[in-house]
Amino acid sequence: MARFVDTFVSAIVAGALISGLATTSAEARAIKWARSGDALTLDPHAQNEGPTHALSHHIYEPLVLRDHTGKAIPALAESWALTADPLVWEFKLRKGVTFHDGTAFTADDVIYSFERARQPTSDMKSLLSSVDTMTKVDDHTLRIKTKGPNPIFPSNLNDLFVMSKAWTEKNNAGKVQDFKAKEENFSVRNANGTGPFILVSREPDVKTVMKRNDAYWGKGQVPLDITEITYLPIKADATRVAALLSGEVDFVQDVPVQDIQKLSSDPKLQVNVGPENRSIFFGMNVGDKELKTSDVKGKNPFAEKKVRAAMNIIINRSTIQRVTMRGQSLPTGIIAPPGVNGYTKDLDVIPAADAAKAKTLMAEAGYPDGFSVTLHCPNDRYINDEAICQAAVGQLATIGIKVNLVSQSKSIHFPLIQRNPPETDFFLLGWGVPTFDSHYVFTFLYHTRTDKEGGWNATRYSNAEIDKLTVGLTQETDLTKRNQTIAQIWKALQDEVIYIPIHIQTLAYAMKPDLEIPVDISNQPKLKFAKVKK
Amino acid sequence: MNDAPQIKPPPKAKSTLRSRLAAVWDSDLAWNFRHSPVAIAAATTTLLIFIAAFLAPWIAPQNAFDPGAVRLDDGFLKPLEVGSTGITHVFGTDSQGRDLLSAILYGTRVSLIVGFASVGFSMVLGVSLGLIAGFVGGRVDALIMRVADVQLSFPAILIALLVFGVGRGLIHPTQHERMAVIVLIIAIGLSHWAQYARTVRGATLVERNKEYVQAARVMGRTSGAIMGSHVLPNVIGPVLVIATINLALAVIEEATLSFLGVGVPPTQPSLGTLIRVGQQFLFSGERWILFFPAAALIILALAVNLLGDWLRDALNPRLK
Repeated sequence: MARFVDTFVSAIVAGALISGLATTSAEARAIKWARSGDALTLDPHAQNEGPTHALSHHIYEPLVLRDHTGKAIPALAESWALTADPLVWEFKLRKGVTFHDGTAFTADDVIYSFERARQPTSDMKSLLSSVDTMTKVDDHTLRIKTKGPNPIFPSNLNDLFVMSKAWTEKNNAGKVQDFKAKEENFSVRNANGTGPFILVSREPDVKTVMKRNDAYWGKGQVPLDITEITYLPIKADATRVAALLSGEVDFVQDVPVQDIQKLSSDPKLQVNVGPENRSIFFGMNVGDKELKTSDVKGKNPFAEKKVRAAMNIIINRSTIQRVTMRGQSLPTGIIAPPGVNGYTKDLDVIPAADAAKAKTLMAEAGYPDGFSVTLHCPNDRYINDEAICQAAVGQLATIGIKVNLVSQSKSIHFPLIQRNPPETDFFLLGWGVPTFDSHYVFTFLYHTRTDKEGGWNATRYSNAEIDKLTVGLTQETDLTKRNQTIAQIWKALQDEVIYIPIHIQTLAYAMKPDLEIPVDISNQPKLKFAKVKK
Repeated sequence: MNDAPQIKPPPKAKSTLRSRLAAVWDSDLAWNFRHSPVAIAAATTTLLIFIAAFLAPWIAPQNAFDPGAVRLDDGFLKPLEVGSTGITHVFGTDSQGRDLLSAILYGTRVSLIVGFASVGFSMVLGVSLGLIAGFVGGRVDALIMRVADVQLSFPAILIALLVFGVGRGLIHPTQHERMAVIVLIIAIGLSHWAQYARTVRGATLVERNKEYVQAARVMGRTSGAIMGSHVLPNVIGPVLVIATINLALAVIEEATLSFLGVGVPPTQPSLGTLIRVGQQFLFSGERWILFFPAAALIILALAVNLLGDWLRDALNPRLK
């Protein structure tokens, strides 16, 4: 428990620090915020996806928030602790908080929202799978009983947003939007949270406007210098940069790597750079009998471990780093970024590029002449995503794997991965770890696809032993033992080469010099902390 | 008398070929061409680009469509730098290490194939509908020409975008890349047929009342035969002029669609796709990635346009 006491203490310190700084800034203004892609939906439980949460964080709030360094700080919960019973967590909720429509925030709203987030169509359900019962002690005290002891439970709550029970029921939005089935409900385009900004208007993929919530509970504790946010998805890199250079937007969240240098040297702009808690990797369909998109019939080349090992060797991460990313990435051999509990230097092994060895492996696997397959790639989600895919296509061609590249918008790409069964054999994906614990990676990306787990595991990988160990992690109270299990799982998984890790993204935020927006390690800048200098 | 018929046949074949060539050389069109420096320059440029594009697999330093031939290590080489494969990259390389000269040659070929095929498609469609409208007249005429009017009231690029979107929706996603070029041809073709239909209908209205058509009718020939073998040859002149100018338009339209990201995929780039990719590097200093494909597109479109322009003037009796 020591870790969580630490976290809590530092959270208070961080809070004090922020409120201390809050008094020094005096200017206030509206800003225009540009990013390559839009939030997929405003329904806070429909998609567990970075940019979607990044927008929702301004309107809705979780019980526990992560600041830009990844530290947990109180949001709607003022404090939380285990009770005498190791299965029961008690959350003291903040008093005097109201939703944007004026209704008061109580424990009923939290219970209602968490129940909503556990529905089958919710993408957040894996994070609450260990919850047994939720009890309201009084309006501002909530007890959550877990099925087994779950020492990391509060860190699952960073992106679990609280909706107003009355508002949601009134507008018939109680059922979570089924994003994969292209469903809509009232909460997809409308929002009513407790957050620092109020939704004014939303046109998906065009523009979202939010104005400052003057009744915000955190007024005086956080700077809240931004009076209005206009969020503009601008997909084309050059257009986004041109918009910043011409002054049309104030803040670009994803500066293309090729433009970082130019923007940094511009006196009318400033660029903040920092690593993101996110790895980028390729995934393969290792489980099906046959690949739909391959010329090999009757068998699945990806099911052969030697083929995966050959691909792992032939993809040259250092060239991708140097040319495609212009140095703005950290090549990696594991799909958990450093800083995540479970990451070790020993696991993060990048195989040396060795064309001869890769060819030998392909021949040994029975594919001396290679095979063809379709690679699905997003083109508006990760830094240079399409270029990374193209680079891989070229490198895989040298061992005979003929890749047919399909790159499309993330709103088309992600459902291919999430549908059951998945509709892709080979795909690019990035995964951030907001809980800073390996369990989050195992449960979403390696666990067998079930109703509750493996929601983003499109590899069809299924290993009963790994599943058992993964579920066991949520109930292990002894942190040393728990960490041993994590190490054991990673060792087994790294040996299987289910994914081909490429790199950790480096983020670059560019903004007008009067703005102060630090790089958020989860790439979800929370603009209530943004300061406007004189 | 007896010798003459025996000797005649061989020289006759020769002389007809020669006299035909001589007739072409002496014709107004050829005379006009010989005395127009612009036409000669445009024709030479167009011809050179066509030859270079269609011989791309033999003359390009690198197979730009083979991802395995490209080395990522050679990315962002400046023009005239030598890459790891020993190729001197005259136009430099792009972000993937692909030789730009090769990419432009292959890309021009894609652009021209799309251009020719879509012009052919819209010409066949437009000429047939125009012939039918002009020859049959009445309600058929009214229907076809109103559809053409509606079509002409939209910008061609919008129609192409619409057709392209619907086309993609109908095709299974795994087939998108393979079908991209065909969908593109149909999309561009469908957005230009109305011009042909209008021109041909107008000419057909004039022709159908002439004596030779009435004569053919009296002889009992079917409407289809009269349209095809009598009217068509007499109305086709202006169509060829439109086709030449439309070739340049189709190439630009293809480039626009690819630039907007809905055309051919980046692994098999056309000129438009190359410009889209190059545009990302405009601010960062690697301007050659945008400059050379854009220059190639401008030169190609300008040359074909000038040629079409000259042809229109040369064939216009009023300008003689």
